Amino acid sequence: MPAAILTRLVLLDARRGGLPWLALAGLALALLLAGFLSQVALTEARSLQLAVVAALLRAVAVFLVAVQVSASVVREMNDKGLELMLSLPLGRSSQYLGRLAGFALLAAALAVVFAAPLLVWATPGAVALWAVSLALEGALVAAAALFFALTLAQPVAAIATTAGLYLLARSMAAIQAIAAGPLVEPSLANQAARLCVDGVALLLPRLDAVTRSEWLIYGAPDASGFMSAMGALAIYIALLAAAGLFDFYRRSD
Amino acid sequence: MKRDARPLGSLPAWLWFALGVALAAQIGLRATSRPVGTERSELPSAPSAQGLRLASFGEPEALGRVAMLYLQAFDLGPKLDYTRLIGWLRAILALDPRSQYPLFAAARVYAEVPDPARARAMLEFIHEQYLVDPNRRWPWLAHAALLAKHRLRDLPLARRYAAEIDRHTTAGDVPLWVKQMEVFILEDMNELEAARILLGGLLESGQIGDADEARFLRHKLEELERRTGR
Repeated sequence: MPAAILTRLVLLDARRGGLPWLALAGLALALLLAGFLSQVALTEARSLQLAVVAALLRAVAVFLVAVQVSASVVREMNDKGLELMLSLPLGRSSQYLGRLAGFALLAAALAVVFAAPLLVWATPGAVALWAVSLALEGALVAAAALFFALTLAQPVAAIATTAGLYLLARSMAAIQAIAAGPLVEPSLANQAARLCVDGVALLLPRLDAVTRSEWLIYGAPDASGFMSAMGALAIYIALLAAAGLFDFYRRSD
Repeated sequence: MKRDARPLGSLPAWLWFALGVALAAQIGLRATSRPVGTERSELPSAPSAQGLRLASFGEPEALGRVAMLYLQAFDLGPKLDYTRLIGWLRAILALDPRSQYPLFAAARVYAEVPDPARARAMLEFIHEQYLVDPNRRWPWLAHAALLAKHRLRDLPLARRYAAEIDRHTTAGDVPLWVKQMEVFILEDMNELEAARILLGGLLESGQIGDADEARFLRHKLEELERRTGR
């Protein structure tokens, strides 16, 4: 199955590129930070370690996925590997989705590795939900990075736009709350700004509602809330995959 | 990750020298500069809760706790602006209302300073925040009542806090000594009649399940009745 071969190639490329070592270094850094925090906390040392380590590991996982996808895809394009692939008798959707599946598996592996140390401080159920959420969040970032890397064909531009989309998605709820605050004057300009913010929010995933440290500290979320958040991530991954395929099909051989 | 490389011995001597000098200069510069933390003495104005939420990028629990570590780095001396400090604590609590860290620091660190005015400001902050979530935050107001009684020697203030706990806290895990605090403060204030009425009410309410505790309180009530001539 050609798509499965591409998936395996993506994973091999990540292993040969030293991604496992980078992940282990991130893990070691987070654990060192946890040790330091336990020394300086006046109270709630467990939740302090948990919150900061989880937030750091989440950021490291997303960063590694975004950089790995962007660098790998742009390198393949520069080496003319992509053109060679396009000339083969392989469906474009197989090529695109095979790569995306590989990157999503990479994100899932990182999520499992990064969730394991959290078991020291949090319940297995909460850690499992956090890991599932991080795996899907990583898959979303992989889909975004793949789309931008193929479209922009420049690693810096691809990483910057992926990071921009990701950070904006994580901040959008706070931006909306500020725009709708009670102290905001009800002027026409403010109304227009609020409408713009709400309009942009419609095009972004709710990344503030997933992979939350809150689940680890205060207990797992309710099943329906969790499922709806994961469903929203899956829809956005499908949107990014469709947009990427749209662009990939338009590409000339 | 492997790559072809020339042996280290083939590198020019000036390159080794340049690397050594640059490294020594970096270490020397850092070793002679003062640590950042000791210079800082003025707490900046508190950010808004919304600003902090925006800066947290969806990780309010982590940012709230890191912000508490940041606050901890400021010296408790007279330069510390309590108005700003309270603003910071309020914003951090708004960021993660379930965290006990800000109120722990307020009650156990910032309210235990020798300056009564600053201690009172912090106690009032604890009281204000207690009213937001009495069932979760009563331990800090109980501590504030003890500080008001023993440190500030302000019995009316201690009684006010004790009465607030009794009035607003409905959680089942509140120990009875907290509920009885007002009685003993009234006794210290020599308001024996009020203490007697309050203790009688407490005994009659059936909230005291422990037989030894009930016996002790009944004995206390009889003593109060003797002292008030009833």
